[in-house]
Amino acid sequence: MILLWLFIITVGGGIAAWIVGWWSSTAARWASLISLCVDFALLVFVWVAYGTAGGSTSDQPWLLQFDYPWIAPLGIRFHLAVDGLSLLLLTLTAFLGIAAVSASWTEIQERVGAFHLTLLLTLAGVMGVFMALDLFLFYFFWELMLVPMYFLISIWGHENRVWAAVKFFLFTQAGGLLIFVAIVALYFIQGRNTGVYSFAYRHLLGAAVPEPLAFWLMLFFFLGFTVKLPIVPLHTWLPDAHTEAPTAGSVVLAGLLLKTGAYGLLRFTLPLFPKESAELAGAAMTLGTIGVLYGAFLAFAQSDAKRLVAYTSISHLGFALLGIYTGTRLGLQGAIVILLAHGLSTGGLFIVVGALQERLHTRRMDELGGLWSSMPRLGGVAMVLALASLGLPGLANFVGEFLVLTGAFAVSRSLAVIASIGFILSLIYSLWLIYRVFQGPERESRPNVDLGAREMAVFGAIIAGIVWLGVCPQPVLRAAGPAVESLVNREAGVESPPRSTETNTAARWVGRAVVSSSLEAMHDSR
Amino acid sequence: MTAADVLHILPLIILAAGVLIGMLGIAIHRSHIGTVVITLCTLILSSAALRAPMLASDRYITPLVRFDDYAIFFTGLLFLAATAVAVMAYGYMRGRDIVREEFYVLLLVAILGCVFLVSSTHFASFFLGLEVLSVSLYALVAYSRSRQTDIEAGIKYLILAATSSAFLLFGMGLVYAHAGTMELAELSRLAGAPWQRSDLIGFVGMGMILVGIGFKLALVPFHYWAADVYEGAPAPATALIATASKGAVFAVLLRYFGAMEIQIRDPFFIIFTVVAIATMFTGNFLALLQEDIKRLLAYSSIAHMGYLLIAFLAGGGPAVAAVTFYLVAYFITTLGAFGVITALSDKETDFSHISNYRGLAFRHPVLGVILAAMMFSLAGIPLTAGFLAKFYVLLAGVGSALWLLVLVLVANSVIGLFYYLRVIIAIYQPVEPAPDETPSPHPHGPAPSGSIIGGLVLAVLTLLLIWLGIYPGPVIHWIGTFAGNFT
Repeated sequence: MILLWLFIITVGGGIAAWIVGWWSSTAARWASLISLCVDFALLVFVWVAYGTAGGSTSDQPWLLQFDYPWIAPLGIRFHLAVDGLSLLLLTLTAFLGIAAVSASWTEIQERVGAFHLTLLLTLAGVMGVFMALDLFLFYFFWELMLVPMYFLISIWGHENRVWAAVKFFLFTQAGGLLIFVAIVALYFIQGRNTGVYSFAYRHLLGAAVPEPLAFWLMLFFFLGFTVKLPIVPLHTWLPDAHTEAPTAGSVVLAGLLLKTGAYGLLRFTLPLFPKESAELAGAAMTLGTIGVLYGAFLAFAQSDAKRLVAYTSISHLGFALLGIYTGTRLGLQGAIVILLAHGLSTGGLFIVVGALQERLHTRRMDELGGLWSSMPRLGGVAMVLALASLGLPGLANFVGEFLVLTGAFAVSRSLAVIASIGFILSLIYSLWLIYRVFQGPERESRPNVDLGAREMAVFGAIIAGIVWLGVCPQPVLRAAGPAVESLVNREAGVESPPRSTETNTAARWVGRAVVSSSLEAMHDSR
Repeated sequence: MTAADVLHILPLIILAAGVLIGMLGIAIHRSHIGTVVITLCTLILSSAALRAPMLASDRYITPLVRFDDYAIFFTGLLFLAATAVAVMAYGYMRGRDIVREEFYVLLLVAILGCVFLVSSTHFASFFLGLEVLSVSLYALVAYSRSRQTDIEAGIKYLILAATSSAFLLFGMGLVYAHAGTMELAELSRLAGAPWQRSDLIGFVGMGMILVGIGFKLALVPFHYWAADVYEGAPAPATALIATASKGAVFAVLLRYFGAMEIQIRDPFFIIFTVVAIATMFTGNFLALLQEDIKRLLAYSSIAHMGYLLIAFLAGGGPAVAAVTFYLVAYFITTLGAFGVITALSDKETDFSHISNYRGLAFRHPVLGVILAAMMFSLAGIPLTAGFLAKFYVLLAGVGSALWLLVLVLVANSVIGLFYYLRVIIAIYQPVEPAPDETPSPHPHGPAPSGSIIGGLVLAVLTLLLIWLGIYPGPVIHWIGTFAGNFT
């Protein structure tokens, strides 16, 4: 029931914001902020009440469920459920939602009520995706989050918004329809095999799909999810959509919508087609590595700060794809940490760029420069976020990327070595961003428009999250543990071996490495 | 003919009586609102009378007509369409300087033809229904005689529809010569046996009948009339052609030709597959760059007929369920879209150029939202009936392993989305008023051809659209009750 409430509060908050938005823009902002805070509080409550206890057995991994018949004649149920992985991503959703609302507090001045309605509907769709356990329902939410996102870009975006929005919609819709075809095919195959026609996740798990078809269905799922992720040949929508979207839209796109692709791979593609996914693993890891390098190269070549940040997403999620398809415990854990870390660091960077654009009305890096002296707070925040993005030990991204590389090393040394070049490239583009925007000579005297208390609070929370994830990733790894274990077991075809000892050692190992390397870094800087 | 028989075809009788009363009424005293009231009363009474056949047993009334659950369902749907069209026409006609009353009489005649069509069991009633429908549509298409485009559209429709009728009639003759029967059910049984070389005449006849039907449905390569007729005809008449006429013909196609299983026989299967693929691609590609929203909808409706053919090709009970649900969603969506176009049309011209729709969401917020919802439904986006309809077609297609068609459907959905988004973009694009233009005194004034009852109908259609998109269980159950009989 709590899960349904999450959904209802988000949608209800959006509608309330829309209604009060007719009279007062500020009231609309408060309405959406409050509803997202309530969501966040609910999620914290779930963490406290259920997160530590139970739900870890592999046959009943769900901490919380809500199940209700929806379209009975076709075996479609309104089935929501969360395990540790979903809960992590839901928490990220609520958190970034709050950040997005406060980031657009002064940026959005037109049609404020409608803006918050679309923003909260997008978030509701994302939450639905992270909770749905009926494949029809999943697809329903998957499509549903596109429509408000489309409006968000095409109404409140920047100069070239219409084209970017259409491109975004067409790409993701094409991918989505492939997923849908695969879901329907799975429904029929399992229905014919068992005589029960149902879209339930549990029911479709382990469907015996005849040989050539299984690979195609897996490929449909893979393509649908990796368009969102995105992988390199299918990524062209991303820079446009991220650049043209308003700040809140970019935060939600980068922080959450890309994550739905990775979540889809983890929750559906791998468990539904373990054998076929293993066949594809080599290609997928290669694509991930290409993404890491390609995204980083292109990021360096941008002159638009927002586009630069957009391309870094391709690079970071390349690591996630690499980690997911290693099939190793470390790789999967690393991928999940990257999802969270990237959401925080890139979301934060988008807010930084949004703040710059709002104050100086430009995102072009050759028109910026030397801002540190007039905006020291913004510069400091951007510095920390850029350091996180380049994988400084002690901050969140390092943990994820390090785990992924370790996992990948066990499977394919060459790919791991090549992908690790990504670390160097990310160093270059991150520092390049800071250098061109904040350092160097000041172009012109700027008014003193540094960050206010509201913005500092948001950035403070984001940075706190990044540091916490970087220094103490163990709770996250523990929460994602059951999901990772079941994936690893399914991949290996092993019947639930004793779990969690290795997880803990790995986490401790990472922790130790983090501490020692940060000590070294401090030593060097001195 | 017994009293029970009369009770059985009561809806048809009421409808026919309504036509006569309407005509007499006009002869005595011309009154726009009076004719509308008579029309609506006829439709409501007739709908109420649909309950009567349900009470009685399922049977043939003469060899010509059979009112079973299937026919009743489609009749109800047609009445829904007719009611919506009549209400739309009321707002549309009110401001125009033309003879108004006959429009409603012609509308009732067209619906009479449609109802006859969906309940026909015999070549005679099939042809009779089709001609009653066509003849009234000729007049409806060319209704505004003062406008050049209307006359052009009317002539085009007349010539092409007459040609298709000729094909149909010749085909029927050939089939009769071969099989010796004109009863559709009997034909289905005869066609159950495998084809032989000596069946050539019957085969050609069947092909000609399908050509005739293809014209009516505007399947490629018989689609040339659609765009011009859609564009030229008054918006309410276009809505009628797009929904009632196509829906009724598809219902017949599904009921008898589906039962013959010609769609899974080899030559016909290939022909239908090629036609379906060509129809989808042609419709969607031609719609891409249309600047006139009525033409855009014309091509989009061609594409939708292609989607429907996929479900039809799947065969059996799932095909009936899928086609029926799709038609329901298509009716609601198309009526809603044309309803908005009608409400926005002013006295002289139809409001149909896409650039006219720029900023609609800010001038007429409610109409803008409704039109956007209808476009999303046509594109098959969730929360709307169109999504479940597309799901149903996919379900039927995948269930029968029509992989090629399913993938073509996926590709076409993406192409289609592009032009539906064009309309939605236009609706939500803010317009900067030209510097020399004084801003309109009533930025939120009423729509030119809107009426309270028209608004009510649009609201109902939108609610139906969303209700079917969120909670379609009851409708699916209802369709299932008669779809099961076809397996």
